[in-house]
Amino acid sequence: MYLYDAIDKDFLADRAAEFRGQVARRLAGELTEDQFKPLRLMNGLYLQLHAYMLRVAVPYGSLNPTQLRAFAHIARTWDKGYGHFTTRQNIQFNWVKLGDAPDILDHLAGVDMHAIQTSGNCIRNVTSDPYAGATAQEVDDPRVWSEVIRQWSTLHPEFSFLPRKFKIAVTAAETDRTAARAHDIGLKVQRGPDGDLGFEVMVGGGQGRTPYLAPTIRAHLPASRLISYLEAILRVYNRHGRRDNIYKARIKILVASLGAEEFARQVEEEWLKIAEGADLPDTELARIRGSFAPLDFAILPPRSDVFEAAKASDKAFARFVRNNIKAHKQPGYGIVEISLKAPGATPGDASAEQMEAVADLAERFGLSDIRATHEQNLVLPHVKLDDAPAVHAALAAVGLATPNINLISDIIACPGLDYCALANARAIPVAQSIAERFADPDRAETIGELKVKISGCINACGHHHVGHIGILGVDKKGEEFYQLSLGGSGAEDASLASILGPALPADKVADAVDRMVEAYLAIRQDGERFLDTFRRAGMTPFKEAVYVDAH
Amino acid sequence: MSMLIKLTQAGFQVAEDLFIDVADEEIIPAGSVILSLTRFQAEGDALVTAGRAVGVRIASDETVEDLAYDLPRLALVAVVFPKFRDGRAFTTATLLRERLGYRGEVRAVGDVLREQALFMVRCGIDAFAPADGATVEDWARAAGRYRHVYQRAADRRAPAFEERG
Ligand code: SF4
Repeated sequence: MYLYDAIDKDFLADRAAEFRGQVARRLAGELTEDQFKPLRLMNGLYLQLHAYMLRVAVPYGSLNPTQLRAFAHIARTWDKGYGHFTTRQNIQFNWVKLGDAPDILDHLAGVDMHAIQTSGNCIRNVTSDPYAGATAQEVDDPRVWSEVIRQWSTLHPEFSFLPRKFKIAVTAAETDRTAARAHDIGLKVQRGPDGDLGFEVMVGGGQGRTPYLAPTIRAHLPASRLISYLEAILRVYNRHGRRDNIYKARIKILVASLGAEEFARQVEEEWLKIAEGADLPDTELARIRGSFAPLDFAILPPRSDVFEAAKASDKAFARFVRNNIKAHKQPGYGIVEISLKAPGATPGDASAEQMEAVADLAERFGLSDIRATHEQNLVLPHVKLDDAPAVHAALAAVGLATPNINLISDIIACPGLDYCALANARAIPVAQSIAERFADPDRAETIGELKVKISGCINACGHHHVGHIGILGVDKKGEEFYQLSLGGSGAEDASLASILGPALPADKVADAVDRMVEAYLAIRQDGERFLDTFRRAGMTPFKEAVYVDAH
Repeated sequence: MSMLIKLTQAGFQVAEDLFIDVADEEIIPAGSVILSLTRFQAEGDALVTAGRAVGVRIASDETVEDLAYDLPRLALVAVVFPKFRDGRAFTTATLLRERLGYRGEVRAVGDVLREQALFMVRCGIDAFAPADGATVEDWARAAGRYRHVYQRAADRRAPAFEERG
């Protein structure tokens, strides 16, 4: 992974020192909360329902064991013993005291981590493929470009006070694990017609109250021109994005109101005026690329006898293999997904002990590489199949061997009304009730891939617009209700979900999901996922299943 | 006369503000003045021809390119930050320096706070009228807090990738 040099380290130390000064001024009463608010937000510190919440960046979802241990230390020392991995591959600590925040940032800076640009109307942490460097699907390592963007966007002089927050995703594989089209900018690394490296550039996606999938504004951008092209997009947005209404301020609204073609024309016009000198020199690109050089993989046969024997003798391991271990580009290796969605757990939460266990496993068996996914799970991207049984056993010992990746109980949920000051309804208990309903692993496997995503309000942090089943918490005369929608996808076959019907009370949600699942099982054709059946059969069978009593 | 903070070869310094900022409904007084873009377009020519020192105030929603041909005749350009959150003036200043080649004074006016000092300096702004009572020392400290920067910008500071050279 990318190693911070003296310059990167100085930068984080300077940032932490600056924030310490600001907190001291606030605690001494020299700054009012109003004056302090924009400053703490620039360091990821939110004031939530019950306490301060600190959002720490996990740059493009990539971390090493030392960093994960630092999260565990923070959880234990300054929080209630756990952290929450978010849908943006970041981690949040929900119970932070203001006076402790500078110490936490110092501790983070000591392991090359920070909370820079985890809030505010700036360019946020880049989303990337958690399988980067491990999947055979990719044409290039998307982390190279994510790191280029991290540096370019850090305290960007011109683009740190945009109309609204700004999220960029970089993917380089056919299977999109980043929800690229749901971002302000989605970049897909690809080979052009002449074999040259470049990007498909998608702009103007987003969720919230008006969801859009990003249209492609440039079919192929030469890779070496990335920074100048981003500059052109951001400049057009900074100048022309709406600032009169925060609900219309995201770039998706600008792109939709101009039309993708006209927006693209304005970007190209601006881009032509930017000198080529604005791009990153090849030497720096090569330096960054060097950080992601292929790892020291062992030469192994594709088949592991240890692995096969364990699979044959241990049903639990076999199930874990079927659902949580994915193909690796290197023979004899696998990508191990660690579900943070055990039945009854809060989606995305990990305790200090669990984080330490994962850090140990990464060191012993995983080439010291760990990823966070936007689906709120963790990944050990490089595990020898020979070691997989041992990894599975160690995960099981700390409650992390839940074999449900991409299944119905692998639910995304935002913090909702349990923590979030903006929430209309709780999201976590709804996720728990669905996960419990489908706790039978055989049934869950029979159902197959089914992505349930839950948001506690229209801001859509739980990505409900791109859930196969999306669930949105709404407030109906002071009561929590849930609006269900079907047919969304954040993957390469991206689509937005459509509303099923009238909202339901909390205790009816798991029932409704159950009925829709039964309806799907009754009509599915060979190999169809829930999403495919919905796309073929439409809304009616599901609507009938849920609202049958209402007739 | 009010005071300004200016960035010179010798660093940040306090300077006397010799210009009168003229609102659109006010009569243009004698001396050096700053006018809105609209007013400058209507009345600026006569003043400049008469040898007056004239600056132009650019609101955050105005197009700085409209000033391109007048820049050589201007004493300064004031870019307005209407509120902390409105970052359009950063683009205005960047374009003045990088695209229009303006070498005269670019002054930050409006909601000018030390927390944005670094960003302003990097975008080529070299005169500041702080709204938060920041002293020249406060301003210099805020602008100089980071030993390194990551991007090329109008201030010509060597970014990390050049330092790494
Ligand atoms: S979707 Fe709403 S409730 Fe959930 S985290 Fe976002 S703002 Fe809070």
